[in-house]
Amino acid sequence: MAQGILQIALFCALVVATAPLLGGYMARVYRDERVFLTPVLAPVERTLYRALRVDPDREQDWKGYAKSLLVFSALFVVLLFVILRTQSIHPFNPGGFRSGPWDLSFSTAASFVTNTNWQFYGGETTLSYFSQMAGLAVQNFISAAVGIAVLVALMRGIVARQGDGSLGNFYKDITRITLYVLVPLAIVATVILVATGVVQTLAGTAAGGIARGPVASQEAIKLIGTNGGGFFNVNSAYPFENPSALSNLVEMYIMLIVSASLPFAYGRMVGSRRQGWTIFGVMFALFIVSVAVVYAAEQHGTPAAHAAGVVGANLEGKEQRFGIASSSLFTAITTVESSGAVNAAFESLTGLGGLVPMADLGASESVFGGVGSGLYMMLLFVLLAVFIGGLMVGRTPEYLGKKLEPRDIKLVVIGALFTALIVLVFTALAVGTKYGAPSTAASGPQGFSENFYAYLSQANNNGSAWAGYTGFLQPDAPGNAGAHGITFADVMGGFAMLFGRFVPMLAVLAVAGSLAVKKVSPIGLGTLRTDTPTFGFLLVGVIVLIGALTFLPAFLLGPVVQSLTTSLF
Amino acid sequence: MRKDLIRSALAVVVFTVLLGLAYPLVMTGIAQVAFPGKADGSLITTGGRVTGSRLLARDVKDSPRYFHPRPSATGYSPSVTSFANRGPNQRATMMLTRQHLDAYIKAEKPYDPGLIPARVPIDAATFSASGVDPGISRANAGIQARRVAAVRHLPLARVRRLISENTAGRGLGVFGEPGVNTTTLNHALDQVAR
Repeated sequence: MAQGILQIALFCALVVATAPLLGGYMARVYRDERVFLTPVLAPVERTLYRALRVDPDREQDWKGYAKSLLVFSALFVVLLFVILRTQSIHPFNPGGFRSGPWDLSFSTAASFVTNTNWQFYGGETTLSYFSQMAGLAVQNFISAAVGIAVLVALMRGIVARQGDGSLGNFYKDITRITLYVLVPLAIVATVILVATGVVQTLAGTAAGGIARGPVASQEAIKLIGTNGGGFFNVNSAYPFENPSALSNLVEMYIMLIVSASLPFAYGRMVGSRRQGWTIFGVMFALFIVSVAVVYAAEQHGTPAAHAAGVVGANLEGKEQRFGIASSSLFTAITTVESSGAVNAAFESLTGLGGLVPMADLGASESVFGGVGSGLYMMLLFVLLAVFIGGLMVGRTPEYLGKKLEPRDIKLVVIGALFTALIVLVFTALAVGTKYGAPSTAASGPQGFSENFYAYLSQANNNGSAWAGYTGFLQPDAPGNAGAHGITFADVMGGFAMLFGRFVPMLAVLAVAGSLAVKKVSPIGLGTLRTDTPTFGFLLVGVIVLIGALTFLPAFLLGPVVQSLTTSLF
Repeated sequence: MRKDLIRSALAVVVFTVLLGLAYPLVMTGIAQVAFPGKADGSLITTGGRVTGSRLLARDVKDSPRYFHPRPSATGYSPSVTSFANRGPNQRATMMLTRQHLDAYIKAEKPYDPGLIPARVPIDAATFSASGVDPGISRANAGIQARRVAAVRHLPLARVRRLISENTAGRGLGVFGEPGVNTTTLNHALDQVAR
């Protein structure tokens, strides 16, 4: 136990020590300043602007920014759908796989463009290398860049002084984020991962049916961009994706570091590092609670293991090389974040351990969260906390000198609560009608957890799974021959992901546009300060309260029942 | 709108070529030059023929001559992977765990008469996540060593030395758990005594 706590503490120390550095670098990139990579990348950047016919100096207001974002994302959904539907004519298809069913392709296209990476399919048995590289890996970069771009636009709205409403240029932001942040990190991470034993080849299946592929290049960006979609069906539990305890450490680190650095980038951009530290502190505190609970819970065997006569911690669905500590840590990181990569089976967690991923998702992915999306969700909660705090002290709420008006708060509430609405309505449809049944594997509270988690994970763009919930049946594996999708699960899930991604994004951009034109009033004696521990506690309270009020009844029906009972279902 | 459509269409093409083809192909080239063995999957070749990967468990559970990896829900398949998805309160989980336990005791008890369920290491009675986890705990390897030594007529000390040679420690000495790699261990055993 002490050894496990040491692992977790060392990992946290590593993140806290390095996140401010990357945060500082990113702030310079987002403010269009010179960084050490500028001499190498500036010519590439200029070439890209010319190729895309973008004038980088032309700024957009929030509506223009949102329109570009939606058109850009819609075209990528169409492209990905077409790629997945034309597998039989692909190059780089050594397995000769055919296209999957249309409903599965829709689910997958929606999933990767929204940074969710929910997977109803197993990559090694259904996808050509071309689909994995030119379809999915591209989205791992692009969806991450879009998330960060929306955050950057919001930050510009918050700090804007001149008040003409401009939030930057969408195409320029996407280009710079990809070029200066995501690609360099991915290249370094790929080389390190291959050095630890992750596979990277185009040579196809080896003798004895050993499935391979260009895994490392995809693994790197899958984690850096908090995407989480595995090359293989069992994701980062598979030895070719995550061969050793060392590779697991690297993967946990690159999965968390961008989201953990963004609050520091924010602090620099608003000109107050204390603002960044306060937000990071809140995220970090909630993260530590998650790790502690899941680690403590997994120390004990499950009721099923006890009944079978086995003694020991819950190693069911975990890998020996990771053990309890590194599996618990990975599980907490991947669910407070919207990564969704897994190195252990969530379905096999103990009841209480399984509550942790659900509760993490119930916080709307604001605790670190997805790259960009995590911090913009958190900033919505910050505005909500400022509003509630303002009501308590009886003053007009203002954040960093900008007054929050009724329209702003309405937009904040839409952004903060819309995903929860999707989760509850869609789960109710799945369990209340006959259409959810074909997807559900387990009986009893486990079966409820499978349904609930599926929509919780998809609407919050996480992508991890209680893997018993399926939308794809493959009787004559591999290669999609004879396979068919479960249309209800695929289509509902696809819309849950699209709405869960783009509705909050539009709300955030609208808030950014509204803040950008406001005048800045000086800080007075009565101003509610947002860079103090007191505000941190208020913020934690708001996040926990909203999550609990929304989801407590659903938690009770699933994992809480399972952690309180020793009976078997 | 039209300008956005044109720009986005150009962006879709340019980014797909750069990130979807140039990036993975260049990385494949670098990986193949810098780490050819690892990039190809750490394959084991016997007599010029690929017989497995050092990273993947092999299905040897019917042979008493080998160290057995952890139970697999996929029959140790290296081509079709899935989780076992056994929940904490499922009756099916209890039945399967009991089967693993009984099978382990049946295999090892003749060589370790004191073996009772409470002494069976947890990794031996539970499904791994990947289905091809080659690692087992040191305690598990210690119990199986008696059987392998007896069946192969090797001194127990020799088998134990092979175990420690095929044990991976924690990452950087701190992270993860130590594990005995059954695939490389069995390969080493075959080299020692055919």
